[in-house]
Amino acid sequence: MYRRLPDAAAGARAVMVTIDGQAFAARDGDTVAATLLAAGYDACRTTPVTSAPRGPYCLMGVCFDCLAVIDGRPNQQTCLIPVRAGMRIERQQGAAAFGPAAASAPDSR
Amino acid sequence: MTLPAACDVVVVGAGPGGLAAAVECARDGAATVILDEQAGPGGQIYRGITTTPMQKREVLGADYWHGAPLVAALRSSAATYVPRASAFAVTRADGGGFEVGVAGDGAAALMRAGHVILATGALERPFPIPGWTLPGVITAGAAQILLKSAGLVPEAPVVLAGTGPLLYLVAAQFARVGAAVDCLLDTTPPGRLREAFPHAAAFLTSPYVAKGVALLRQARASTRIVRGVERLEAIGGQRLTSVRYTVAGRATEIPVRALLLHQGVVPDINLSNAIGCHHRWDDAQRCFAPVVDAWGATSVAGITIAGDGAGIAGAQAAEARGTLAGLHALAALGRIDSGERDARAANAQAHVARWTRGRAFVDALYRPADAFRLPQGDTVVCRCEEITAQQVIATAKQGCPGPNQMKSFLRCGMGPCQGRLCGLTVTELIARERGIAPADVGYYRLRFPVKPITLGELASLPQTTESTQAVVRMKAH
Repeated sequence: MYRRLPDAAAGARAVMVTIDGQAFAARDGDTVAATLLAAGYDACRTTPVTSAPRGPYCLMGVCFDCLAVIDGRPNQQTCLIPVRAGMRIERQQGAAAFGPAAASAPDSR
Repeated sequence: MTLPAACDVVVVGAGPGGLAAAVECARDGAATVILDEQAGPGGQIYRGITTTPMQKREVLGADYWHGAPLVAALRSSAATYVPRASAFAVTRADGGGFEVGVAGDGAAALMRAGHVILATGALERPFPIPGWTLPGVITAGAAQILLKSAGLVPEAPVVLAGTGPLLYLVAAQFARVGAAVDCLLDTTPPGRLREAFPHAAAFLTSPYVAKGVALLRQARASTRIVRGVERLEAIGGQRLTSVRYTVAGRATEIPVRALLLHQGVVPDINLSNAIGCHHRWDDAQRCFAPVVDAWGATSVAGITIAGDGAGIAGAQAAEARGTLAGLHALAALGRIDSGERDARAANAQAHVARWTRGRAFVDALYRPADAFRLPQGDTVVCRCEEITAQQVIATAKQGCPGPNQMKSFLRCGMGPCQGRLCGLTVTELIARERGIAPADVGYYRLRFPVKPITLGELASLPQTTESTQAVVRMKAH
């Protein structure tokens, strides 16, 4: 669980995204990983091998634990991607699903 | 991602080393492109320097804000800065120079370069303790990145654990924003001070002393510090709920919401390794580092390394080593002669000498204990493939001689992080089981692409000999 410091909250511009279908006001300039943590999700996926929950670990692009589905594309390194208005962020369950079905119907994963 | 088709110098990474190298090359009129995986320049040490919401200078401190003029120098230079671009391959081009494979924004491109400067910097050393994969456990560096880039801090209770100066810096910075860390579990083993003592004279006359003393004082004022921690365990089901630690054989368990781990940083060698540069085992820093000369030149002509990617020496030294790497590249390209190179290098060389003084003391004092580098039992070693210490140890006992053979048995190191979070652990575990030196065990043999790229990105490349080479091994040189 993370909280935003008053200095960072003041003057921040909000961009609306969805996380697992729920609307969330993200801070413009944040990465998707920071957005997930700010929204109270410290796990962003489950592993393909044992379905263990995982969340962002290094936040600098080397550990690949912060993978999630962004706008239907799986396995995105959320710590390297800035949040954008209208972005559809979904936590990833197990191995990534690919193909048009995965992109258009994320709920079927 | 917009890239020129060709340039004189490509710099990979935009931390202090990469920024200084690019500025030096561009100053001389060399067409310079600086590739940055991040969205903005500064690397991790100056992360978010152009966008940070933490504008009160005293919060992140003078050492952080030192990065602002570096970025300003890049901005006013003629170098082309390309954010959110990963260099996934560097191969020899027909007719001389190199072909650099770059991925970003769902597309890939190849760019020719006369000289390549790697400034890929450092990453935090693996810290394989039980439960380190649980959500709620992040690295201390990651916590600092969240503070610098987003003004986010973990909710109390928060525990910092490990060894090294960064722990105390993070404790001090968090205290300054009213988010004091509840407890700092210091895993520095007793006796390290004695081992570091031969290097004390250099350290005591280095710029690190005053910084260290100030940080220790600030951390002590805000945070309970527990020394001599021998064992550490993150506990929880779906997420972290508590931390158990042992001091003098006695275990204590405390409820926590966040555990921030750190035991030093090591060079990110994936690109230099895949290119085929020679590497050596650094026994003091317990890691592999590329073999470089005083300019950062590697065993591969035309490939130079700037900053911590060539061996850990810190941000100030990285900046000066960036300048030296830039000068070397200019001389190698024939843009300046060796006399001019040497004359322009004097300041940077003095800077390197000043900021590497005392590092041997720091390395010896904060060398992580065996217990935190050589895990046992069902502690996860390879986070991607979920391979445990006992699997690695058992496979080594069966006669598996090294990390590359280990892949065939366990898939260890074959996940998306490409061994960055397990490589050193696997090498050291095999070395111990075989009773030989880590240098003789070796490291993963890395291949392009050194960052995962999608088939779509690959397919967007023009179909040429170079694009084929970009995903196979570099040609013999």
